[in-house]
Amino acid sequence: MTNWLMPLVGGLIIGCAATFFLLFNGRIAGISNIIGGLWSPSVGDVSWRWFFLSGLWAGGLTLLLIKPDAFGQSDFSLFKLSAAGLLVGLGTRIGNGCTSGHGVCGLSRRSFRSLVATLVFMMTAMITVYLGKQ
Amino acid sequence: MNQFSAFVCGWVFAIGLGVSGMTKPSKVIGFLDVTGHWDPSLMFVMGGAVLLGLISFPLVLRRKMPILGEKFILPENAGLDAKLLGGAALFGLGWGMSGYCPGPALVSIVTGNLAVIVFVMAMIAGLGIGQWLLTRK
Repeated sequence: MTNWLMPLVGGLIIGCAATFFLLFNGRIAGISNIIGGLWSPSVGDVSWRWFFLSGLWAGGLTLLLIKPDAFGQSDFSLFKLSAAGLLVGLGTRIGNGCTSGHGVCGLSRRSFRSLVATLVFMMTAMITVYLGKQ
Repeated sequence: MNQFSAFVCGWVFAIGLGVSGMTKPSKVIGFLDVTGHWDPSLMFVMGGAVLLGLISFPLVLRRKMPILGEKFILPENAGLDAKLLGGAALFGLGWGMSGYCPGPALVSIVTGNLAVIVFVMAMIAGLGIGQWLLTRK
């Protein structure tokens, strides 16, 4: 019954982070684009990205201290995980967003592009899991 | 100041991911496994975030400028194209193979777990290849 409560609370916290980032920094909290721009040639556009990433790691360390069971092990082989990582990096760069940029922020902006992208990656991921079980 | 703000937003974002269960790849796979023992609870993560965002984003964007900047920097692309659809499909494939999307994977690096470090290094290589594909020509 309370199965949905923590996901909902976590989702609201993520929504707060995305809202504050838009309000204060004027930017979309899309993780893949924030990371993808770390090696951007435009100098003034890089340092805030490192600060955001450091914040993600600080949050991760906080979780390790207060809620270490928040992290789970992956069941897949390192070979499969490296192929998956490559696809996730490539796909989010070409498609210009991931679960946060298209899913959270794009839908919040009522972007039709993000709605379509979200439906496509959700459906593809569900089909992939289905085929992986066969 | 905007660097400090970026740090705090990243921190809050990571806490949200951890609280929600997104940093557990097996739980994410359970959510994607719609034909098996489907665990729909993670729907409430995006549901909660978007519910809030649908209300808060328009309120924020009523302002002329962000608090710490001169203008809002928003994507201006309109319409659908092959890059959007193909990229989203490749991302979905990788997500379904691993249970990791970019945010939770980056946050999980702090565990020192080899599997997630390998995933993130491959993801960074993928971002680089994607960037190269987009900017060549």
